[in-house]
Amino acid sequence: MTSAPPKPVVGLFATCLVDLMRPSIGFAAAKLIEESGCEVVVPPQTCCGQPAFNGGDRATARELALQVIDAFSGCDYIVAPSGSCGGMMARHYPELFAGEPVLARRAQAFADKTYELMSFLVDVRGVTRVGARHVGRVTYHDSCSGLRELGVQSQPRQLLQSMEGLELVEMADSDTCCGFGGAFAVKYGEISDSIVSKKAENISASGAPMLLAGDLGCLMNMAGKLSRQGKSIEVRHVAEVLAGMTGDPPICAPDKTGAQP
Amino acid sequence: MSVHPTSPHFKANAHKAMGDAQLQKALGNLRQGFPARRAAAMAQLPEFDALRDSARDIKNHTLAHLDLYLEAYVAKVEEAGGHVHFCRDAAEANRTVIELCKKLGAKTVTKGKSMISEEMGLNDALSAAGVTPVETDLGEYIIQLRGEMPSHIIGPAIHLNKDQIEGDFRRVHTHLAKDRDLSQPVDLLTEARGVLRDKFLAADVGITGANFLIAETGTSIIVTNEGNGDLTQTLPKAHIVLASLEKLVPTLEDASQLLRVLARSATGQDMSVYTTLSTGPRRPGDVDGPGEYHVVLLDNGRSSMVGTEFEDMLRCIRCGACMNHCPVYHAVGGHAYGWVYPGPMGSVLTPNLIGVDKAGHLPNASTFCGRCESVCPVRIPLPKLMRHWREREFERHLAPATQRGGMAAWAFFAKRPTLYRLATRLGMKALALAARGRGKFAKLPLAKGWTDYRDMPAPQGETFQQQWKKARGSSRMS
Repeated sequence: MTSAPPKPVVGLFATCLVDLMRPSIGFAAAKLIEESGCEVVVPPQTCCGQPAFNGGDRATARELALQVIDAFSGCDYIVAPSGSCGGMMARHYPELFAGEPVLARRAQAFADKTYELMSFLVDVRGVTRVGARHVGRVTYHDSCSGLRELGVQSQPRQLLQSMEGLELVEMADSDTCCGFGGAFAVKYGEISDSIVSKKAENISASGAPMLLAGDLGCLMNMAGKLSRQGKSIEVRHVAEVLAGMTGDPPICAPDKTGAQP
Repeated sequence: MSVHPTSPHFKANAHKAMGDAQLQKALGNLRQGFPARRAAAMAQLPEFDALRDSARDIKNHTLAHLDLYLEAYVAKVEEAGGHVHFCRDAAEANRTVIELCKKLGAKTVTKGKSMISEEMGLNDALSAAGVTPVETDLGEYIIQLRGEMPSHIIGPAIHLNKDQIEGDFRRVHTHLAKDRDLSQPVDLLTEARGVLRDKFLAADVGITGANFLIAETGTSIIVTNEGNGDLTQTLPKAHIVLASLEKLVPTLEDASQLLRVLARSATGQDMSVYTTLSTGPRRPGDVDGPGEYHVVLLDNGRSSMVGTEFEDMLRCIRCGACMNHCPVYHAVGGHAYGWVYPGPMGSVLTPNLIGVDKAGHLPNASTFCGRCESVCPVRIPLPKLMRHWREREFERHLAPATQRGGMAAWAFFAKRPTLYRLATRLGMKALALAARGRGKFAKLPLAKGWTDYRDMPAPQGETFQQQWKKARGSSRMS
């Protein structure tokens, strides 16, 4: 018998939000990628450069892009549990080096092997179901960059619906923006609030006790609003549920050890 | 530029708009109505995406050969007995229209809907010159009575409700019986038609915009749903067309391609009710039509967009789909943008026309959700163009110092992974401790824009990279 072919090496780009705010999403992503038959590595990383890119600071964005491309150079794939950072790396990195043939080729080669987590699992690895169980109804928000830049829409739904006990309830306008928009949420806080308030209404009206999405920025925004409204809807990254790793408190919820409310 | 912009006060404008319950109700109707109607139209036309490609290509081709097609267009207009007046800016265009009106001895002019007229501030210029302008598009007529700007490029009065309009009609139409019944929308429509009919008959000059100018025939095309454009341009002694350079397309066939995407993107109609083609003045033997036909062709900064990263914007056919699908427009409405063009297309175009120093908020007040680009019938990459404005602002140091400082500090750490890991490890630990197990912060000093409206989640504690290293050892590359 010949030995099994070597597993593809996936560089997990955790994203700065997951790295800093909610590492449990990183571990859930790693578990799902490993279960799809890959080896996971975590090269040293900071940020993909999107805040600089969208803030008009192209030079910094370019520098950070090169830093990421170098750090992940040994990987067969680069996967991020985020459509926003995934879109930055897979769609916008090549733009940053337009007119510089050598770097543009490197950026394109990097972009071609970069995926958002759900799309990697389903489109690249052919995963059709996950083993974890989750009993209850959940609703799913389509984060904008994943949806419109990377075509992430059916993949998370397909995986969620493969789970025993889980019922997916669609909210109205699941594909409209939650109002996060990175720095927008702070710079134009009042407008952002108006947008997330409409989203919170749709989430509540779905009747599902749990909200899932694929981007931590959007999740923090929606969880923050629901929490401020006193709603008890659990908010989690879709990877946490798919990996069966829901031991940590949901976003914005207190520790189980339960400090005072 | 004659219209005074309030774009520098975008935030204050937006604040006011979000506190206006009546406006919010109107925006709610728009948010539900327009996208659903567009989606229904799309569902009936499987080749719509291919038509969008074709529409984009027609416009790109025209822009690449704009000089050629302009020359051909002018020759054809003149051949048909019309005149083309090239105008560099709004002031020159206003002067040209006023001179034409004076020469014709015009006391009143009727006007079809034209965004170029709004851009020129033509109504004020005409009034100052002693010529009375009368808007004949119902929405434009209403906002003219109110002294307002359009709040939407295809629905100028979309921010108003029936009661407000009834109030305006009672205030202005004082020659009509005080006890008349205006309780139904159709009553308002009938009253406006009656009032406007007299104006149509009395007007000396009719002014319309143009959706397309055709190089091969010298024709201008307008699309309307009310038929007011036809009366405006047919009855008076002269027809003046206001158009900007980029309305040009090579052939009638090209215009019909663009018409197939225009109404579907705008209102969800297959076609607008009226599509009116005008070529020159009345010819001998014609039963009706104007005695003179003039085209005022406005540049106003557009030719300097050709060949720049903003050239894509010149493809715009003014359907309004971008604002109909924009979460920011849905929140604040059109007036908050502070000038003629609102929504995503305005956020790109306005800084080009009045300067990014005045309109800098507009391209920044976007979540980059990309829904505008995904519905644009000529595939304008609107978020990318807004980002270009942010780059220009960054290069010119126009962003506030605090914002620049924050960005610089963040970039300093992000470019130094080792230092970054150390700083974030300490920072997240401190924040997690400060949250004391509550899982969130109700207030954070540097993120007031966030915590004024929603809670900020607390970090879990140790960073992912720190935990991964502990659990799996140092990262290994194969």
